[in-house]
Amino acid sequence: MSEPVIKVERLFKRFGAFTSVDDVSFDVAPGEVFGLLGSNGAGKTTTIRMLCGLLTPSSGTGTVLGLDVARQAEALKHRIGYMTQRFSLYDDLTVGQNLRFFGGVYGLRGAEWDERRAWAVEMSGLTGKEELLTRSLPGGWKQRLALACAVLHRPRVVFLDEPTGGVDPLSRRRFWNLIDAMAGEGVTLIVTTHYLDEAERCDRIALMHAGRLVALGSVAELKQVFAGRALLEVACPRFLEAAETLEAVEGVREAALFGTRVHVVVDDAELGRQRLLAALERVGNVPARVERIVPSLEDVFIHCIEAEEAARARRAS
Amino acid sequence: MRPRQLWAVARKELRQAARDPLSLAMLLGLPALMLVMYGYAINFDVRHVRLALQDRDRSAQSRELVAAFVNSTYFDLVADLPAGADPELLTRRREVKAVLVIPEGFAGELVAGRTARAQLLLDGADANTANTVLGYASALASERNVALLRESGAGAALERSGIDYQPRVFYNPELRSTQFLVPGLIGFILMLTAVLSTALSVVREKERGTMEQLRVTSLRPGELIVGKALPYLGISLLATVVILVAARVLFGVSVRGSYLDLFAVVLLYLIGALGWGLLVSSLSDTQAMAFQVGVVTSMLPAIFLSGFVFPIRSMPVAVQALTYVVPARYFLVVVRGIILKGAGLMPYLDSLAFLALYAVVVLGVATARLTRREV
Repeated sequence: MSEPVIKVERLFKRFGAFTSVDDVSFDVAPGEVFGLLGSNGAGKTTTIRMLCGLLTPSSGTGTVLGLDVARQAEALKHRIGYMTQRFSLYDDLTVGQNLRFFGGVYGLRGAEWDERRAWAVEMSGLTGKEELLTRSLPGGWKQRLALACAVLHRPRVVFLDEPTGGVDPLSRRRFWNLIDAMAGEGVTLIVTTHYLDEAERCDRIALMHAGRLVALGSVAELKQVFAGRALLEVACPRFLEAAETLEAVEGVREAALFGTRVHVVVDDAELGRQRLLAALERVGNVPARVERIVPSLEDVFIHCIEAEEAARARRAS
Repeated sequence: MRPRQLWAVARKELRQAARDPLSLAMLLGLPALMLVMYGYAINFDVRHVRLALQDRDRSAQSRELVAAFVNSTYFDLVADLPAGADPELLTRRREVKAVLVIPEGFAGELVAGRTARAQLLLDGADANTANTVLGYASALASERNVALLRESGAGAALERSGIDYQPRVFYNPELRSTQFLVPGLIGFILMLTAVLSTALSVVREKERGTMEQLRVTSLRPGELIVGKALPYLGISLLATVVILVAARVLFGVSVRGSYLDLFAVVLLYLIGALGWGLLVSSLSDTQAMAFQVGVVTSMLPAIFLSGFVFPIRSMPVAVQALTYVVPARYFLVVVRGIILKGAGLMPYLDSLAFLALYAVVVLGVATARLTRREV
């Protein structure tokens, strides 16, 4: 692996007594699409804002393109692109006026400006719509235009904070095609999301929970947490109760509710199946079906978050 | 500060202003509308005071006194009370503001060369008006005295002896209050529109999330602040022209001094006002809050603490002290000088120095607050 573009070491961010980012470390390689996942309040946006130089870390270091995010924030801003969580173009200006404004802000001129403008209109699919008010565009187009505005100055590193929130699946797919195309040109992208299908499209993922990094790696690597174990899906009539019953069964590592079904991690598939069937029959909650399944990313995340919660409880006691 | 970036911000700001013609029209038209409203409403001149008369003397002398009142045009005679009527009744019913009572024997006393008495009953519920009316009545009475002395042949003695008091009012000889209000209105209207337009334009970006986007671009804070302020400076200067034209057309108030001096002062004052708007925007997170803070901190001092409506000398000492930090106070003095007296800037260097100081301090604090990094 070549020299990382982003290096984060033991990064902390505290707001008073609240620790928003708690001891986070990771590296991102050039041209990588790096996904930052987690629920709202997990610390994703705070991490990104520190890496963009908008927030000063409480402790720890972050470097982007070799620049220290705390001390060289101004120099950093010329070289990165950032698309904020909330759609942030001027919706009372036209498409062309928005592009022109951001082009002006980045000091683009002459042939370079003409070229970037043509590129932006083309990539956002807004050819011939430059006179339209941004307000009147559908969500997917607005998001592509916002991305175009954020990368007009050809940054080598781009941060996208929940770029596809609230748009339809087709637009999300188109947006991700743009991300892949940029990565193909060697641009490094850090994307936050809570869509798991988007996470699957990232080269590597970092999962954050309550400020801490609880999992880091490629999708395949992350699924290795279940290596040597088996995942069983149990469908019972009284599913809420079943999750509790199963947690107490010998050889069951974890039991978590997935909708109306229970996912159970066991050390051995066959032995586990027999034991849990026996346990459920004893309480008269006979399952309609018990199946061995391939773990999904969601299983991985639930496993990681539960492990983190358990570790946290141990630390607290 | 890079001109390309500055221009990008200013052009964007103008485009947004143009997109919202209602607000733009308000910024330009509202000042003139306010001038009309305040110009006609805040009128300290008192004319055509409704006067009742109770002439118990019914002599040539008493009729001369009444004629002096009526001919002055300050008073309109609306009722003539019979001798036995209670003169207070009419003021109580608010039919008249004043009653002139001339007792029996008025003419007799005058002919005999003694002091004759007449009484003016005045409704003091509106103290300002009563005060003014009292002034008019005293002036009329003394004029009448002089005339009586002349007629009695004592005129020669009068002209030789004593102080011949002949007041003359300069610059606004008719003491018309519009003359004197226009500078105050300019000060108050400019303060209000400049503070609100800048504060709202910055807070709108905070509310919509575009500020966050701008902060991560390579745009420098100075470019953003100046780029935003320039269009509103232009619009406010245009609003000043609108006010001056309206003042001339509607109230006949013309600028006696130099327009260049006037615009120099307006510019200096506006820079401070825009700075205040930026400061307000750094304290507010929503447009509603920016609006309230903007109105309270710009409009109220410019009206009440500037000497525009209430003379500073008649304020309690603590409040007087407060007026020293109100820029409108200084602006008013200079602009009254330029518009009414035709004065230049030289006599007002101290006021101008304060306006400059205010602009520097406010802009400095606002810039520091707006460019502060979050920690």
